[in-house]
Amino acid sequence: MVTYQVQDVSPDMSFLEMLDLLNEDLTIKGEEPVAFDHDCREGICGMCGVVINGTAHGRGESPVPTTTCQLHMRSFEDGATIDVEPWRAGPFPVIKDLAVDRSAFDRIIQAGGFISANTGAAPEAHAAPVGKLQADRAFDAATCIGCGACVAACPNSSAMLFTAAKITHLAMLPQGQPERYSRIKTMIAVHDEEGFGGCTNIGECAEVCPKQIPFDTISQLNRDLIASLFKKDGK
Amino acid sequence: MTTTTKPAAPTTAKTASTDFFEVGADIKDAKAPAGAIEQKWSKRKFEAKLVNPSNRRKLTVIIVGTGLAGGAAAASLGEAGYNVLNFCYQDSPRRAHSIAAQGGINAAKNYRNDNDSTFRLFYDTVKGGDYRARETNVYRLAEVSANIIDQCVAQGVPFAREYGGLLDNRSFGGVQVQRTFYARGQTGQQLLIGAYQALERQVAAGTVKMHTRHEMLEIIIVDGRARGIITRDMVTGAIETHFADAVVLATGGYGNVFFLSTNAMGCNVTANWRAHRKGAYFGNPCYTQIHPTCIPVHGETQSKLTLMSESLRNDGRIWVPKNAADCEKDPRQIAEADRDYYLERIYPAFGNLVPRDIASRQAKNMCDEGRGVGPAVKEFDENGNERFVRRGVYLDFAEAIGRLTKEGVASRYGNLFDMYAQITGEDPYETPMRIYPAVHYTMGGLWVDYDLSSNVPGLYVTGEANFSDHGANRLGASALMQGLADGYFVLPNTINDYLAGASALPKVDASHPAAVEALDSVKDRIAKLLAVNGNRTVDSFHKELGNIMWEYCGMYRTEAGLIKAIGLIQKLRESFWKDVKVSGVNEDFNQTLERAGRVVDFMELGELMCVDALHRRESCGGHFRAESQTEDGEALRHDDEYAYVAAWEYTGTAQAPILHKEPLEYEFIELKQRSYK
Amino acid sequence: MAVTGLILIGFLLVHMYGNLKMFLGAESFDHYAEWLKGDILYPLIPSGWFIWLFRAFMVAAILLHIYSAVTLWRRAMAANPTAYAAKKKLAQTYSARTMRWGGVILAGLLIFHLAQFTVKATLVSSPATATPYDMVIAEFSIWWMVVLYGLWLVTVCMHVRHGLWSAFATLGANTSAKARTVLNGCAWAVALLLYIGFMIMPVAVLFGWIGA
Repeated sequence: MVTYQVQDVSPDMSFLEMLDLLNEDLTIKGEEPVAFDHDCREGICGMCGVVINGTAHGRGESPVPTTTCQLHMRSFEDGATIDVEPWRAGPFPVIKDLAVDRSAFDRIIQAGGFISANTGAAPEAHAAPVGKLQADRAFDAATCIGCGACVAACPNSSAMLFTAAKITHLAMLPQGQPERYSRIKTMIAVHDEEGFGGCTNIGECAEVCPKQIPFDTISQLNRDLIASLFKKDGK
Repeated sequence: MTTTTKPAAPTTAKTASTDFFEVGADIKDAKAPAGAIEQKWSKRKFEAKLVNPSNRRKLTVIIVGTGLAGGAAAASLGEAGYNVLNFCYQDSPRRAHSIAAQGGINAAKNYRNDNDSTFRLFYDTVKGGDYRARETNVYRLAEVSANIIDQCVAQGVPFAREYGGLLDNRSFGGVQVQRTFYARGQTGQQLLIGAYQALERQVAAGTVKMHTRHEMLEIIIVDGRARGIITRDMVTGAIETHFADAVVLATGGYGNVFFLSTNAMGCNVTANWRAHRKGAYFGNPCYTQIHPTCIPVHGETQSKLTLMSESLRNDGRIWVPKNAADCEKDPRQIAEADRDYYLERIYPAFGNLVPRDIASRQAKNMCDEGRGVGPAVKEFDENGNERFVRRGVYLDFAEAIGRLTKEGVASRYGNLFDMYAQITGEDPYETPMRIYPAVHYTMGGLWVDYDLSSNVPGLYVTGEANFSDHGANRLGASALMQGLADGYFVLPNTINDYLAGASALPKVDASHPAAVEALDSVKDRIAKLLAVNGNRTVDSFHKELGNIMWEYCGMYRTEAGLIKAIGLIQKLRESFWKDVKVSGVNEDFNQTLERAGRVVDFMELGELMCVDALHRRESCGGHFRAESQTEDGEALRHDDEYAYVAAWEYTGTAQAPILHKEPLEYEFIELKQRSYK
Repeated sequence: MAVTGLILIGFLLVHMYGNLKMFLGAESFDHYAEWLKGDILYPLIPSGWFIWLFRAFMVAAILLHIYSAVTLWRRAMAANPTAYAAKKKLAQTYSARTMRWGGVILAGLLIFHLAQFTVKATLVSSPATATPYDMVIAEFSIWWMVVLYGLWLVTVCMHVRHGLWSAFATLGANTSAKARTVLNGCAWAVALLLYIGFMIMPVAVLFGWIGA
């Protein structure tokens, strides 16, 4: 842990702009700037994410669910010392300073987080109507941005909320049915292989989730997992 | 903390716009077949040479970028059986900036029975682009738009639906039909995740090899053909060589040349610019779209701008104080009589709903007059003197809340109000919002033909990275459409025409002189950047470049201003190579080095944008030349002189580029002047 | 984890019901104890086998439960090689946080409990000298034994509080935010019921309302 002083922080600055300011200062002084991941800075790409004062994305400082880039300095008191740490989880090795490697998430998706529909092979869009409630539930789960805050906050370092969001998104749609029960088995297998912990239903994940992925998606995942013991795709 | 030095006055001796470029031979698209416009795409697909499925796996395609255009193309080519090498600078392909698009995606499905058709979408897009787009490409875009929706639904993209289970549509600016499909305010995200999932499926299948945290820094051209790229592994700093039978650039737009834009922080022009330096023509670089309803700059440390949907203008009223003295006051204390609802005053017919470019320009005018609101931000005047200007105008919902109630307003704009409150810390239900225009999209890009091939054989360019479909201005909900059209349906059906002959080309490896030269040039450039060891940060140069571009090549462009900007950029570039401080080493996760390389290319691009803006002495779409306006202050095109695509050929840093014109012929649509009367 | 946990909670409920027979007097309680060792499911299984089969089943459930818990714990430790310097809880309840060490403590006390009643009753005491009823009266007449029992039950019921909700969530019953509230409410209710149900008898013994 290193403590840096940042001057001239305005309340309207975002948390990452404060880090920019620090890095400009460090560069001029001839010191190494602090590495951190960020990209869109509007809370949608999922690239940024650090633990601030003990909560992922600084959720404990913010009145609303947020990504790190959308947390603003007005949430802190002038002169405060802020604790900043990277996501800490075995499957998210630190690359440098505050930047971590989240490629394990991509590998979970590779294991089945998709619908096999080759380009050009799609039927007319209205061929399969989707009830609005199902569509909305699919949407709520689909808003996941893959930032990894759920893993960072979980005492078990489980990626269950991330995995459950994808499972629920696809399980709610008619297009997702043909691969429903094989998808869950392969995704969970890779989730475990990657070294994420198991879920013990504590709920920290959903609390810090910037997109408020419903906690109950995990139960949806569990239900499908149990069902997959008895059902096979295509039967 | 930035140490912005005062820009010096330009010393360039060049005074006439024609001093800045040379004119070369005209160019022409040779791929679109003759005949009726409805038949062209089918005919082209039929005529294009094919690659036998068993031969596809012997062919390798490099795709740079994993957004809608790149990710969709990588997935589709992988499915077809080609060997795909896919690169992105982010840590995952899912983070490409396509994800940030809010509004929706157009498609000529005519689900509303409101007389929409492929031809109408084609017509609207050409007209919206102010008649500066190529007809053949735009027609095809409209033609494949319906397939995109089918494809995305099949992938599980959760588009908004009605209670009957069918897809919902909304209307969008500039058109009279409801053809926009949407997924709440996150359409881009959902479409990108669809493409990402298809892509990861191919990664699992082994057809696509994904390289994340890799930045393309050079292209390898062998015997005039694109054969590979040089990348830097952003974690280890390893400079790597990758070879292929064709290279596709799907690297997005270059709005970050303005430093402040709605683009992601990492968006850059390096891949495109490196290809341009190696021979690819840059089409219409000056066409930039500026969006009127963004959250204003809060101060010097601002790093990026956030867009709010334009739909806000349906119910919000835009105003500034009549007297500059009132600008510091609480807006609620300013009497009705002291407010200037300037859009309603100047354009009584359209009021607050004038097109994007007009709304943007008038906001700038009000602030230039000293009647802007919000925090005063440091900038430089024409003589290089520091000044503080308030850059914001009010977007007031008080009247709408009175008419619709607070709940009514919340039901329409609740998420936007929440976003505004989170960023500014102000409650827009209580005090008027402040807005200001921001750079949002770049219509220009590498020049491509009907096949999306650049003038360099084997080099294809898709999505926002190419110049092709939007002319001088892009309609809302058309960017997502173009990215996916290129990625899913166009490129996979045209690149085969080139690849069919590619296996006959001689093999290249790392020992080839062209590869060695490319690799060495990248290493040299990095070594040079690290060796300067000056006293100014990379961001301070980027911000200064942004200020120059925004001031002189932004919403309001003049002959004198553009000439001045070119001089300022040249000075800035000289200063950069003397004074920049790039800390650390190459063999590390070095974000300063990444940014430094990008700024080098942005400075060269900025200069070309100014030259392009200077040479085009007309106003069209997002390009507004003060010298070419109607009496009402509207953009005035000169179709007799400028109905062409400006494709620029690189000749050397700070050397006059060569202009190649591609005349635009309108066979199917009649050219008309835009009017808001 | 969830299935074995629910079996154990089910056992607790039945066990509680059995304990309450203390209030019906010595004969009823002793009869219950004898019945357990007697002809249940006879002649499907031989007389006296039920209790042993049942004990084997319970031991298996406990062992599987512990095995699952250890597996989860080890995975969590492997997935968490570096601790945060600062970590704040937002959603975690006290009972959720203490599942693991709480589980260890209550398992330790369970051994004591079994030694106290079952083992002693089976191996040491002769039925002639001490009926189960007398044994219970004897043990719970000691005040610190009741206090210890009460504390142990706190750990048990806290474990049940998170465990019950968590088991249902794992089995897929947490279908919405509302379901989450209902399940957590049920978990609280069962935990409180168990605590009261188990404590009422020892307290009654201590104060001499029973057996005096």
